[in-house]
Amino acid sequence: MLEVLHSLLFSTLDAAPALVFAALGAMLSERAGVVSVGVEGMMRTGAFCAAVAALAMPTPLAVLVGMVAGAGIAAVHGFLSIRWRSDQVVSGMALNLVAMAGGTFLLESLFGPNGTPAITQLSRWNVPALAHVPLLGALVGHSAPTYLALTLPFAFHLLLSRTPLGLRLRAVGDKPHAVATLGLSVSGLRWAAVLGGGLMAGLGGAVLSTAVLDRFEQHTPAGLGFMALAAMVFGRWTPLGAFAAALFFAFGNALRIGLASSAPWLLELVPQGFLLALPYLLTLLVLGLQGQRGHAPAALGTPYEQESR
Amino acid sequence: MSLEDASLDIVPGELLAVVGENGAGKSSLMNVLYGLYHPDAGTFLMDGKPVRLKSPRDAIARGIGMVHQHFMLVPTLTVAENVVLGREPTKRGLLDLDRACDEVAATAKRFGFQLDPRARVDTLTVGSQQKVEIVKALHRGAQVLILDEPTAVLTPQESDELAQVMRGLVQQGRTVVLISHKLKEVLGVADRVAVMRRGRTVAEVRASETTVSALASLMVGEGSRGAALTGVPVTAGPSGSDTVAAGAGTASTRSDEGTAPSGPIVLDAKDLRAKGDNGRPALQGVSLTVHAGEIVGIAGVDGNGQRELAEVLTGLRALDGGEGTLLGGPLADLTPARAKARGVGHVPEDRLARAVVKAMSVEENVALGRHRQPPFARGPWVDFKGRRERTNQLLTTYDVRPPDPTMALQAMSGGNQQKVVVARELDADPKLLVVVQPTRGLDIGAVAQVHARLREAKARGAGVVMVSLDLEEVLALSDRVYVLYEGRVTGHFPRKDLDERELGRRMLGAESDHG
Repeated sequence: MLEVLHSLLFSTLDAAPALVFAALGAMLSERAGVVSVGVEGMMRTGAFCAAVAALAMPTPLAVLVGMVAGAGIAAVHGFLSIRWRSDQVVSGMALNLVAMAGGTFLLESLFGPNGTPAITQLSRWNVPALAHVPLLGALVGHSAPTYLALTLPFAFHLLLSRTPLGLRLRAVGDKPHAVATLGLSVSGLRWAAVLGGGLMAGLGGAVLSTAVLDRFEQHTPAGLGFMALAAMVFGRWTPLGAFAAALFFAFGNALRIGLASSAPWLLELVPQGFLLALPYLLTLLVLGLQGQRGHAPAALGTPYEQESR
Repeated sequence: MSLEDASLDIVPGELLAVVGENGAGKSSLMNVLYGLYHPDAGTFLMDGKPVRLKSPRDAIARGIGMVHQHFMLVPTLTVAENVVLGREPTKRGLLDLDRACDEVAATAKRFGFQLDPRARVDTLTVGSQQKVEIVKALHRGAQVLILDEPTAVLTPQESDELAQVMRGLVQQGRTVVLISHKLKEVLGVADRVAVMRRGRTVAEVRASETTVSALASLMVGEGSRGAALTGVPVTAGPSGSDTVAAGAGTASTRSDEGTAPSGPIVLDAKDLRAKGDNGRPALQGVSLTVHAGEIVGIAGVDGNGQRELAEVLTGLRALDGGEGTLLGGPLADLTPARAKARGVGHVPEDRLARAVVKAMSVEENVALGRHRQPPFARGPWVDFKGRRERTNQLLTTYDVRPPDPTMALQAMSGGNQQKVVVARELDADPKLLVVVQPTRGLDIGAVAQVHARLREAKARGAGVVMVSLDLEEVLALSDRVYVLYEGRVTGHFPRKDLDERELGRRMLGAESDHG
């Protein structure tokens, strides 16, 4: 039993960072009032660019490249939704489709259908003395993103609730006109949040191809971006809530892998497809239970127009 | 084009009122002064030097503060957070909320306001929210404070209090610019009055040297208006209020003082209960009756259950408890379709969201809801000819401009849109008419027309329930008035007992001792 828990905890911590980063990124953008359904596309772009960059440079640098790539996609979203005030959901979905098709196209034309060549993974922090201690040992043996994912949510919490910038971001997501009448720049704040969100989503994607796997694969991130959105909603648009929800979803993912490997008899009872769908079903269940989106920022998805009052 | 050659002199240390009809350009002019709008031409001098305001930041830096008609507060933040937003005190890079609270409390105290800096803004009354707005401007060092229609949402008591606040600010050497269309109130508090009409400033007078009716004529611009206003008496309304639009054309249907309702009962509701959008109880036991041939006013401060009551009566909101009879059927299982079938007409508050499809043509909007009946349909088909004829007829009768049935509704002015809605609802000859804020945002001409139509509906024997936040409107039209406070009836006045002060007291929740 303890062994099962140990391995569940280990794989949860291994799978969590991508979700945590993407959920924080989406939350940052949405708290400022800009819908972030494009997070899946930002992750995919980040994952692809990081994997390609890692062929030519040290992997940690490649992760940075992935972040910038995510922010690049976010910048397009920013232009569409802040500058040209287009429908933010449509803009985000369009970017998802572009990233989906573009990723496949570039992958196949550059490397063939089986993914990029293997790269050097981010190194893991191994402590042999601890590795076999039950439960405690599950905390070691991860790469840097895992530890970052365990601390960054608290930094975001501090940013939003305790800094002037955070106060302004919250205000601009709830009532942009109030912010404008105080002489602050609504679009400036929203740009900062959208680009910051893109960096985080790009980081989430880069982690997939440099820490979880050792390459960019055809289907990356396979809906993880949407799961991150679900985590953000489930976490009521708060950093710590999104963090907890992301951990919960990562646990669901680990449960799937764990069940398949530790209880092979289960596979005879339950179709493999059902197990594969488990994390997504969990997501649906959780969102269904939560009900209305009463905690969303009031001005979410509404383009700011100065003349309308 | 909302401003055309407007000029204004603001003298330090005085209370200047800017009056004018809706759409006369008052708010636009103030938004120019506050750096939100940029004028195409013209100059702005401060202390004799030309100044260009690129954004509110410039205006704030020069000591100009503004309290907008629709409050510019973030409802989810606290009082202190709203006040310091944009110039937050920090300690080692982090927000110093304690200092913010102290500073805000100090500013509030200096100007004599009672405010809890830690309270969340959405828990405050409208009157308190307005104080937060004023403190916000003063905290930024405003020497000139612009208040845009500040009393539109206040009870008479809160308005009195605000008048004292404004006088107090002037005594402390600040300059106050008050925008309003309530002339009596303006004359009670201002030193000087500037009158705007159609984007121009047409007069500047000392408050002590003018009268309500003189200002009203300046506002409307006697002789310069079209036929819509010919014959509209510009007089003081009932109970001495300064209602400018007291009745239009054939104002023969005015309520007689003290007439008791006599027609058959069209609505008899007992102990109505319903939840609001937020899931909290919005109606907590409202009982009311409406007779055919009377206008029943529902007064109250915004958000005390009026909207929910109107929705219950039109089948848009489910009852949580209570019972009643509406036009011969139970109230409990009312749906919009059933309400319509029984003869309920509805002029909702937010016409663009609920009354019309703004991108569709006027004639299509007129047909909405009756699109399956003659003359709008013949069998399963649209009767284009019949629809056009009926629409043309209505556009003429209701003086909609331009009288073009093919025009997209959104291309019309708000007043004409509302005339189309009223025309459609009255054309169905309703037995019970539920109207919410029927004249909000309309100019004087349209207000007079809508009022005349409501009186006409009453004369034809309809029971009219009119929810309005505008106390003058309630006083001018109602045969009886119910006051709602926190989802309960706190007052019920027949016409002969109507008293503005007492209504105001009840709107603030004072206990009922009669009715």
